[in-house]
Amino acid sequence: YTPPPARYGGRHTVTLIPGDGIGPELSKHVCELFRFCCVPVDFEVVNVDSTKDSEDDINNAIMAIRRNGVALKGNIETNHNLPPSYKSRNNLLRTHSGSVCQCDALPVSTRSEVTPDQHRHHHHQGEHRGRVQQPGARERTGSVECLKIITRTKSLRIADYALKPARAQGRRRVTACCKEVASGYPGITFDSMIVDNTTMQLVSRPQQFDVMVMPNLYGNVVSNVCAGLVGGPGLVPGANYGTDYAVFEAGTRNTGKSIANTNTANPTAMLLASCLLLDHLKLHAYASMLRRAILCTVTETRLHTADLGGHGSTSEVVRAIMSAVQSTGPRTLSI
Amino acid sequence: SPQPRTYVRGIHTVTLIPGDGIGPEISSAVMKIFEAAKAPIQWEERNVTAIKGPGGKWMIPPDAKESMDRNKIGLKGPLKTPIAAGHPSMNLLLRKTFDLYANVRPCVSIEGYKTPYTDVNLVTIRENTEGEYSGIEHVIVDGVVQSIKLITEQASQRIAEYAFEYARNNQRASVTAVHKANIMRMSDGLFLRKCREAAEKHKDVKFTEMYLDTVCLNMVQDPTQFDVLVMPNLYGDILSDLCAGLIGGLGVTPSGNIGANGVAIFESVHGTAPDIAGKDMANPTALLLSAVMMLRHMGLHGHAKKIEAACFDIIRDKKVLTKDLGGNSKCSEFTEAICQRVLDLD
Ligand SMILES: Nc1ncnc2c1ncn2[C@@H]1O[C@H](COP(=O)(O)OP(=O)(O)OP(=O)(O)O)[C@@H](O)[C@H]1O
Ligand SMILES: Nc1ncnc2c1ncn2[C@@H]1O[C@H](COP(=O)(O)OP(=O)(O)OP(=O)(O)O)[C@@H](O)[C@H]1O
Ligand SMILES: [Mg+2]
Ligand SMILES: [Mg+2]
Repeated sequence: YTPPPARYGGRHTVTLIPGDGIGPELSKHVCELFRFCCVPVDFEVVNVDSTKDSEDDINNAIMAIRRNGVALKGNIETNHNLPPSYKSRNNLLRTHSGSVCQCDALPVSTRSEVTPDQHRHHHHQGEHRGRVQQPGARERTGSVECLKIITRTKSLRIADYALKPARAQGRRRVTACCKEVASGYPGITFDSMIVDNTTMQLVSRPQQFDVMVMPNLYGNVVSNVCAGLVGGPGLVPGANYGTDYAVFEAGTRNTGKSIANTNTANPTAMLLASCLLLDHLKLHAYASMLRRAILCTVTETRLHTADLGGHGSTSEVVRAIMSAVQSTGPRTLSI
Repeated sequence: SPQPRTYVRGIHTVTLIPGDGIGPEISSAVMKIFEAAKAPIQWEERNVTAIKGPGGKWMIPPDAKESMDRNKIGLKGPLKTPIAAGHPSMNLLLRKTFDLYANVRPCVSIEGYKTPYTDVNLVTIRENTEGEYSGIEHVIVDGVVQSIKLITEQASQRIAEYAFEYARNNQRASVTAVHKANIMRMSDGLFLRKCREAAEKHKDVKFTEMYLDTVCLNMVQDPTQFDVLVMPNLYGDILSDLCAGLIGGLGVTPSGNIGANGVAIFESVHGTAPDIAGKDMANPTALLLSAVMMLRHMGLHGHAKKIEAACFDIIRDKKVLTKDLGGNSKCSEFTEAICQRVLDLD
């Protein structure tokens, strides 16, 4: 792929949708950190009000993503008590006109190093997941049908998507429910597993998996199981890749409204998502510098937020990351 | 109420479907242990294979159906479903024949059988008849298929009410409805609404609702926070296996399928294990614990407790264990040890 070209003076513009709950504060920290590290990215902030019935906000956001090609987002809350005609804003973003983001990948780099105290259940090498689905529903009296649509093109695309990086990153195994694409990728073990068995195997022997690919709902289940295994929603980044656009967010897409504005959220997931974003823009040097500082703060400085059993606040963790960046010597602003 | 009649006095006849592969071995292990515990159960053995009825419809043999209709309670080992034979899975056929609408799986950590999780003590209750498994699928145009998830008010209501009744009858404090109503607004919305209505009628049981993905996340981080979970078919399929994984897999997880009017079939959910069939190597724990569930369903709590305690004692002692539990004893030796322990408990 080719990332969207940089504009004036080599700077990129990226859409930022802060979202609800802990989204705004974490977005603020990403901006701060980018500024501190002199990352050549400017954010175009688009707010989406989840309490409004009108879809104007979300349409604006979609337009902004189309314009910039890349976005970073917090989760937008869906109140499931609203009438059924109210659609999940997050889902609208992912499926709108079938093109914003069709698939979803979640790389978890060797977690055994990241949270030695947290993952009491084995370590787990890594995973990518892919999802394809557009749900719809219609109602009759007393019974409801909900449609699940699977298309051949989209299935092939997602399977191909899972296999390509698998080869690029030297991964050994892809586990899935469709078998058609694998023939094009010799050297990668391809197998399939029924989803209920998969979750059982994950909790008893997660090491057996490497890259996993699956339809939408199963991806939701499996990614959350995996995130739980490696230390929780605060740690795992996620990305949605479409043919033309890419949207980055926390892997498990939590709103975290119960801890909003308390300066206690774990910023790791969101910050790692922003690293994925930098990689997508081919700003690899910035990405790896940031990533190294983030991982170093979790594993060496061991400054942890409450979800990892620590006492650090969000801003303390971000400051520690800044010091870690500074200690490696690149040009930064002062803390 | 799920208790059909009072089973407390007298001998009760139960239909036993030994099943295929290791089925007969583990069934006879259960029968031996029940005999040692003097459980007031008389077994009526029936074989079950799918046969074609008059109209070309697949059905279970009439003598098995008749026995179940009379006894209302069944215990069943694993049944094999030949993939090529063209008939539906036997489990599906049984579920349909007797309208077994609830699948119940208690997942309780077994002391002495080490897994990464301790103190798991929860029950998954899965709607068994509709949802994503309605089986309505079609090709729209070449390369695009559609599958329908069907949710009805009636089925949602009866599973929700069963969950609360179960919690009440089994001294459990809370029920969590697992859903995805943020995405599947109508279908899961209806399911959730019925759960809320049932909660209104059972104020003594705490009610919470949670998204499927959040449950998955929290489940693998700290399963002790959950008690009774109720959910639509597909979510139940996945979560019940996940929870089984937490306590050591299908070899130790019991299961029950509950229908209307007290009809129920209890079963081990593992496969027929053709690789070890007939070798006296199978682990009968899952079927035994399912039989214990059956005793509880019938109100025979004393016998249930004794048999369960004996089984757990033997596993905790670690002296006589089958291979899959990490030992090197035969199925018959493991069974004998439990029988002995039952007698010692008297
Ligand atoms: N980045 C994070 N750091 C720390 N904890 C988090 C983070 N993201 C989510 N969590 C926690 O994970 C749990 C699940 O998050 P989720 O967003 O589903 O819940 P919530 O929005 O807080 O809503 P509710 O409190 O009603 O469940 C919450 O307890 C939340 O506090
Ligand atoms: N009760 C049991 N005791 C010991 N080992 C078991 C038991 N149940 C399953 N296994 C083992 O677990 C593995 C998978 O078993 P399973 O029965 O699912 O096989 P299967 O080939 O899928 O059978 P089926 O076709 O009936 O589903 C096998 O190695 C089997 O020996
Ligand atoms: Mg979520
Ligand atoms: Mg299953």
